[in-house]
Amino acid sequence: MVGIIGYGTQIPRFRIKVEEIAKVWGADPVALKRGLNLNEKSVPAPDEDCATLAVNAARDAVKRAGINPAEIGAVYVGSESHPYAVKPTGTIVSEALGACPFVHTADLEFACKAGTEGMFIALQLVKAGAVKYALAVGADTSQGAPGDALEYSASAGAAAFVMGADNLVAELVDTHAYMTDTPDFWRREHAHYPEHGGRFTGEPAYKKHITGAVNAILDKTGLKPSDFNYMIFHQPNGKFPVQVAKKMGFTEPQYRYGLLTPTLGNTYSGSSPMGLAATLDEAGPDELILLVSYGSGAGSDAFVFKTTERLPEIRDLAPKVKKQLDTNKTYLEYGAYAKFRRKILKPE
Amino acid sequence: MNVPKHWRESPQRYRMEAGKCRKCERIFFPGRLVCPECGHTGFDMVKLSGKGKLHTFTVIRTAPSGFTDFAPYAVGIVELDEGIRILGQITDCDPDSLQTGDRLTSKFRRMNDEGKTGMIMYSYKFVPDNGI
Repeated sequence: MVGIIGYGTQIPRFRIKVEEIAKVWGADPVALKRGLNLNEKSVPAPDEDCATLAVNAARDAVKRAGINPAEIGAVYVGSESHPYAVKPTGTIVSEALGACPFVHTADLEFACKAGTEGMFIALQLVKAGAVKYALAVGADTSQGAPGDALEYSASAGAAAFVMGADNLVAELVDTHAYMTDTPDFWRREHAHYPEHGGRFTGEPAYKKHITGAVNAILDKTGLKPSDFNYMIFHQPNGKFPVQVAKKMGFTEPQYRYGLLTPTLGNTYSGSSPMGLAATLDEAGPDELILLVSYGSGAGSDAFVFKTTERLPEIRDLAPKVKKQLDTNKTYLEYGAYAKFRRKILKPE
Repeated sequence: MNVPKHWRESPQRYRMEAGKCRKCERIFFPGRLVCPECGHTGFDMVKLSGKGKLHTFTVIRTAPSGFTDFAPYAVGIVELDEGIRILGQITDCDPDSLQTGDRLTSKFRRMNDEGKTGMIMYSYKFVPDNGI
C-alpha cells in the first residue's frame, strides 16, 4: 500500500485582475471572464520563482508528513519555468529541505503535467521499495506573451507531495496514463514565451486526452463517475474542466473544492496538484478522489486516491490552499505586473 | 564571482542551521568554532524556527546593484523565538507599514543573481506572519 503521506502548497500574495490586463490591450473583460471562467490570477513577487515556490510548498508537505527529510530518497520537480536551463531545481529543493546527499533527483518537463509525472514516478519508486519516501513537486511561474490569451491565465504556484508506504493520508488505488504526440502548445529553445494552437488546444488536445485518461482508469478500476466523492481535472481556464466533467457525468459538488482557476489562474505544473491539495484540505476519511492532469504535447495522468483517517489529523499542520488563495492578497496594476514578470526591457 | 562564498553559506541561507554550544547552550548564527561566552569548542547543529518578532529595521530606497528591482524594501533585525537576533530582508509587505514588534516568519526566496546568465542566489527572507 503506497500513497500520499504529506502535502503542501505555496501561492504568491500578488494578484492581477482580468480587467486590468484587458484594459491595456483593448479587450472586452466581460467576454473574457465569461469565456474563460476566470477573474484573476496569482503573480509571483520579483524574488519568487519555481524553486522558491517548490521549497516553501515542500516544507509544508514534510511538516504534514511528520518525517525526517534526510529519509527522503527521491525528489522530482516538474515545471516549465525551471530557473536554470542547465542546473537542476531539484538540487536546490533537496538542499533546502535537508534531504542531501543520499537522494536521487531530476527535473521534469511536460508542459502542465510535469507535476503529476513526478507524482507518478515517486509513487512507483516507493511501491517498488527503492526508496522509503519520495517527494514530488509541481511548481511554475508560467509565462504568457503580452496581449496573448495566455496572459490572462498564466499564473504561479506550487504543490508538493511526500509519498510513502505507511501513515498514509491518501492511498493510491490506481493510476493510468494517456499520451499521444499532439502539438497544441510549445516553447522553443531560447524563446521567452510559448506559442499555442489556439482552438486546436481544445477538442483534439485537452478534451481528448482528459477524456481518454478518465475512460481508461474507469475501465481499469471498474469505477464510475458517481463513485467518486471528488474529482480534479487540469485547469488551463475555468471553462474546459467544467465542460469535460459535465459531459462525462461528474457534477459540481465533485469539483467544487478542486476548481481553483477562477481566482488562481493556471499554475501549469502546479494546477491539478494544487486542486488535489485543496480537495485534501476538505475531504473526509475513506473518500475517493479522481485526479487527472493534462500537459500539452500531449498527455494526461490519471490517479485514483482513497483518503484515510490520518488526513483530518494532519491537515491543520500547515496552511490550507483556500487560506493562501483568499487572504492577504495584494492587487497589482499592469505596470507593476510587467515589472514583476520582467516584461520591461532595461539596459544591462 | 560569489559562487564559492554563496555555496559555503548555504547551510545558513537554505536551512537556517545554527550552532548550539554544548557547554553553555548559547546559540550562534552562523555557527562558530569557539564559543565566545565560555570558550568551549563543541557545538550541536540546530535548525532555527525562522519565527520571531521585528526588533528594528530600516527601509532601503536606493538599492545597491542586484537589488534595485526590490526597492523600496526593508532590512531588519529579527529576534527569533530561540532568543537570538539575526539580520534579514523583509519581503511581501509595504515596508512603510512595518512596526517593531511585528510577528515575522521566514520563507525561501531569491536574494539576487549575477546578471542574466550568472548564478541565482537563494536565501531565507522574512515575511509578515499571516499564517500562510
